[in-house]
Amino acid sequence: MTHNIISISGLSKTYPKGFEALRNIHLDIRQGELFALLGPNGAGKTTLINLICGIVRPTVGSVSVGGFDIITRYKQARAMIGLVPQELTTDAFETVWATVCYTRGLFGKRPDPAYLEKLLRDLSLWEKKDSQIVTLSGGMKRRVLIAKALSHQPHVLFLDEPTAGVDVALRRDMWQLVRDLRNAGVTIILTTHYIEEAEEMADRIGVIRKGELILVEDKVELMRKLGMKRLSLQLAEPMTAIPPSLAGYGLELSPDGNVLTYTYDSQSERGMIAALLDTLNRLGIAFHDLNTSQRSLEDIFVSLVHEDAAP
Amino acid sequence: MNPIAFLTIYRYQMARTWRTLFQSVFSPVISTSLYFVVFGSAIGSRITEVDGIHYGAFIVPGLVMMSLLTQSVSNASFAIYFPRFTGTIYELLSAPLSYMEIVLSYTAAAVSKSILLATIILLTASIFVPLHIAHPVWMVLFMLLTATTFSLLGFIIGIWADNFEKLQLVPLLIVTPLTFLGGTFYSVQMLPPFWQTVSLFNPVVYLISGFRWSFYDIADVPLSISLLVTGAFLAICLAILAWIFKTGYRLKQ
Ligand SMILES: Nc1ncnc2c1ncn2[C@@H]1O[C@H](COP(=O)(O)OP(=O)(O)O)[C@@H](O)[C@H]1O
Ligand SMILES: [Mg+2]
Repeated sequence: MTHNIISISGLSKTYPKGFEALRNIHLDIRQGELFALLGPNGAGKTTLINLICGIVRPTVGSVSVGGFDIITRYKQARAMIGLVPQELTTDAFETVWATVCYTRGLFGKRPDPAYLEKLLRDLSLWEKKDSQIVTLSGGMKRRVLIAKALSHQPHVLFLDEPTAGVDVALRRDMWQLVRDLRNAGVTIILTTHYIEEAEEMADRIGVIRKGELILVEDKVELMRKLGMKRLSLQLAEPMTAIPPSLAGYGLELSPDGNVLTYTYDSQSERGMIAALLDTLNRLGIAFHDLNTSQRSLEDIFVSLVHEDAAP
Repeated sequence: MNPIAFLTIYRYQMARTWRTLFQSVFSPVISTSLYFVVFGSAIGSRITEVDGIHYGAFIVPGLVMMSLLTQSVSNASFAIYFPRFTGTIYELLSAPLSYMEIVLSYTAAAVSKSILLATIILLTASIFVPLHIAHPVWMVLFMLLTATTFSLLGFIIGIWADNFEKLQLVPLLIVTPLTFLGGTFYSVQMLPPFWQTVSLFNPVVYLISGFRWSFYDIADVPLSISLLVTGAFLAICLAILAWIFKTGYRLKQ
């Protein structure tokens, strides 16, 4: 049985100058899952994360983490969370070791040098533990931020665009780490605008656009939809409505009546196309061209996020 | 109250102090020595005595107060402004800490640092003039109360400021003039009546007067009033901070 570690309900955020960054978000994150939040720049991903972590205040709605409300029981809620922020914000003159110990201390946890050593080794930071952060490269700083977020052994890890501007080696290490954490039972929520990442890593995918969560789906389910093919028929004569005898095929007619589209699962098509074409022939519906296409997650994503915003 | 988190912030802030110890100690020692050369020796050779006290010795409490005030304000304001400026404030805001715990730990660090410096100045002064401390317990109490109040003020400034200029503006335009006009180098009673009345609106007058009383048993205003005004100032700072945290002003949107 899975239960929800994060529950978001009716959450909206309007920034002080009146900009509505999030609108009526309802979302449950399951314990132990890897949830990818996809969306173009400015969609509200960071706002959502910052809200859950206590950096931004909600305007209306509620959020609980591990059953603790983030406003009334913020201490218990925040104690469960590790956050890797989008921006590379670190102290400059502290050493890697000092900054990691600092974060652990902020979360009220006793020092545990053995755990922190393992953490830094896993992130290939151990050699740099006595270096000042200012001397590290961007990729190394990103690792430091991850180490800080994990320093207090959180149950939930937020990764806000962890791979933006990151080199291949770090990206690979990072995914390995994320997999290990997930296997260890840590719930992970990451934002990205790289679809392949979400496709490869996530259990579930959410798409956010202009502050609205427009889709939340199991990746497997999404991939099944990806397996769907579309057969488009360019009709010789425009059609005003789909004839009743074609009702069983779930056809779509384009608004101008010129294109009839049949969506099917290429693995279990079982002669339906032949039957469809046969029926069309009997009804005397002619077409002068036909083509098939496969939708990718990319297409789904692009069509979702580029549709004009609903009112 | 989480003792581990409190100590973590306190130590982290103090570590910054130790790193810059040389300059933090060196410059106040130099400037105090300069004050003694200019005011104590050059001017003091003309004035010699105020209220029956050697002028060099008379200005010591004022000098100590002056550095206590400016150091407290600048330490605390910088300590909280800096993470806001670099963005690392996210860490404090997302940690399981109450605002109270954050203020207490930052203030404790700022107070420790400015009291450390005040002590160094006091020691430097004792090289130049014979010091006499009539009420040492009160002296320590006044130092603590002043450092706390002005660290809180600094904390407020550090949250209010949205650029480095503003961060320096308040200490420069308000704190320094108030200290100079607060009776550091003179007794308020030496002023013409009109300016004596004006001085009564300057909270620093009460601090320096009370502090000087703890040294030499002489005061411009009664001790109880000194304590009352300092306490009121502390209460005002606390009230402003409470409001800041309630509204999230400049910290959380
Ligand atoms: N502090 C702020 N004040 C006003 N508007 C903001 C603030 N932070 C973000 N926004 C706006 O909210 C929207 C969502 O931003 P953000 O959550 O950062 O999006 P994403 O992380 O998906 O790129 C953007 O249009 C952004 O301009
Ligand atoms: Mg973002």
